[in-house]
Amino acid sequence: MSAGVGVDLEKLWIRFGDFVAVRDANVNINGGDFFSFLGPSGCGKTTILRAVSGFLEPSEGKVLIGGNDMRGIGPNKRPTALIFQNLALFPLMKVWENITFSMEIKGASAAERRKRADELLDMIALPGQGDKLPSELSGGQRQRVAIARALCAEPDVLLLDEPLSALDLKLRQHMRTELREIQQRVGITFIYITHDQGEALTMSDNIAVMRAGVIDQIADGKTIYNDPNTAFAASFVGENNVFRGKVKQVMGNEALIATNRSGDLVARISTANQGKMKEGDDAMMFVRPEAFAIAPDGASGDHFVTARVNHEEFEGNVFNIFTEGEGGKEIKVSIPNHGQSFEDHTGQNITLEYETHNAVVVPAGELAAE
Amino acid sequence: MPQFLKDFFNRNGTGMGLAILGLVLFWTIGLIILPQLSMLDFSFRPNLPPPEIGGPKDVYTLENYKYLIYGPEGGSQDYNTVDLRVFFRTLVAAVCVTIFNLIICYPIAYYLGQSEGSHIRIFAIMLIIPYWINEILRAFALRIIFGETGVLNTLFMGMGIWDTPFDFIRNDIALYAGLGYAYILLMIFPMYNVIESLDKNQIEAARDLGAPWWRIHWRVVIPYAKPGISSGCTMVFMLSAGALAAPQILGGPSSLWFTQLIYQQFNDNNDWPQGAAYAIVLLVTCILFVLAVMRLFKVNMGDIGK
Repeated sequence: MSAGVGVDLEKLWIRFGDFVAVRDANVNINGGDFFSFLGPSGCGKTTILRAVSGFLEPSEGKVLIGGNDMRGIGPNKRPTALIFQNLALFPLMKVWENITFSMEIKGASAAERRKRADELLDMIALPGQGDKLPSELSGGQRQRVAIARALCAEPDVLLLDEPLSALDLKLRQHMRTELREIQQRVGITFIYITHDQGEALTMSDNIAVMRAGVIDQIADGKTIYNDPNTAFAASFVGENNVFRGKVKQVMGNEALIATNRSGDLVARISTANQGKMKEGDDAMMFVRPEAFAIAPDGASGDHFVTARVNHEEFEGNVFNIFTEGEGGKEIKVSIPNHGQSFEDHTGQNITLEYETHNAVVVPAGELAAE
Repeated sequence: MPQFLKDFFNRNGTGMGLAILGLVLFWTIGLIILPQLSMLDFSFRPNLPPPEIGGPKDVYTLENYKYLIYGPEGGSQDYNTVDLRVFFRTLVAAVCVTIFNLIICYPIAYYLGQSEGSHIRIFAIMLIIPYWINEILRAFALRIIFGETGVLNTLFMGMGIWDTPFDFIRNDIALYAGLGYAYILLMIFPMYNVIESLDKNQIEAARDLGAPWWRIHWRVVIPYAKPGISSGCTMVFMLSAGALAAPQILGGPSSLWFTQLIYQQFNDNNDWPQGAAYAIVLLVTCILFVLAVMRLFKVNMGDIGK
């Protein structure tokens, strides 16, 4: 039994006219979890967040918070607090008034509010900044004020709508760690919306990968990265090389794929699709750039790929080799830099090798847009 | 030459710059400042027949201002109660019209500013088009609505709500409605402009934090809209205090507007100095009143321009 209040979406459909923004979403979010909805813009993740916060009533299905059906309960009555993408701090109120706005509504005295604001300002490492206006703070500081304002309402569930997207890279990475720390300290459920897989992977206990209103997969970050359910999940989360083909033979949990371009290759069928794929099915096989290694010339077999090298680049921690792939798409190979010498393969044919359990087969499907 | 003038000429070229500057100066000095100064000058002179102008009797005097306060010399009363009453009644009524307009226009401006869709444009056009019609015609249209045998009386008497016609005009209801209607756009549009730029997330954030609708307006929307509200209120107050056509047409027979007194002095009594003094008193009082109210609500002069 985990602490905190869970959120459940049951058979949730949200339509705008003829457009289906969310299609039959079923999600159980455990209390105290850091849960992310990950997907490209327009996939419906913000719509789900608005349904949880109460700004939007679902067309069908239920939103349950702590087991209670939230239908008909307005956003001001729900035990949720939302952090907006643009933060939506009140520009004319001082920082401390912003933070304690929820207490002001409940009629708390100015002294009480001041005291609580100071506590929260200490927590977000902005002591003594309460009398400033939001416009006098930096982007990262405003970010933290928005978090404090939401936490001051003592919500059971904190909803975050891409709150880091306006920050620069360094600050964004720093805020990831900070958000995760705050979440663990306060112990309430966080629901986080993002299109940035790095944010989702580093912070979340569990992630729902969304595509065009449909949830493709719900799992922890490692599972989603290593064992994707769908072609979309495989191609959206992290970098991946795709090999298209047909299932030639199913061997237990593995399948031999007759690829369009690289001969017959063997790979593990992703867990969700085991037992469901059969010979002749259109399939996609995914191998991560870091799962490839360079094999000795002439090596061949069902886990070797031979291709001509287009170009190479040195990224610091890895060498990247780009070889000819299918349909103009290149196969990317990342070799970790251990300080080894590295010869230039440009224009040559090289043979790449992968371990079967590092290659995943899923039914052919839509790929994430580059 | 100050820097801003140099920049101005660099941007527009000398020829165009001089033309624009000339027109602006002509407008402000020739059409606003000089006529007002001439009125000010008039107001301190006695009303003389033309041959005596410039003669020995043409000296500066406070007579015209004294007249507003004490009335004609040797008059039956100590104070000019008739004119003073009209003066204060006009100011109070203008304040009432302004408040009344604010209450009506704020929800409209909020709705227009925060809704999306093409119906907003249609709504705005429907607000604007009646103003293509001449002010006097609009005032007479209100007379038709509020008159003794007008639309409202016919309707309510037909429905049996009252038996004898209600005199909207004598009770000044027609006048207030007319003045309110005349300046409704000047109240709506400055507020609409500001409210339109208010981030919807601000409202949603307040709601999400538990605020009921009235508190969202009180704490988030109204503070944000304050420049628009003050700009609208200033214009409506100034223009209603200075209105002439609506009081002339819709005012009851006994209730004069101060502008009507000014008009009478200029036109009927042919006493320009007296009229000028009355006009100056109205202008200065209105400006001082507006400045005082702005001070009270902590509005900056710059906000009015927003």
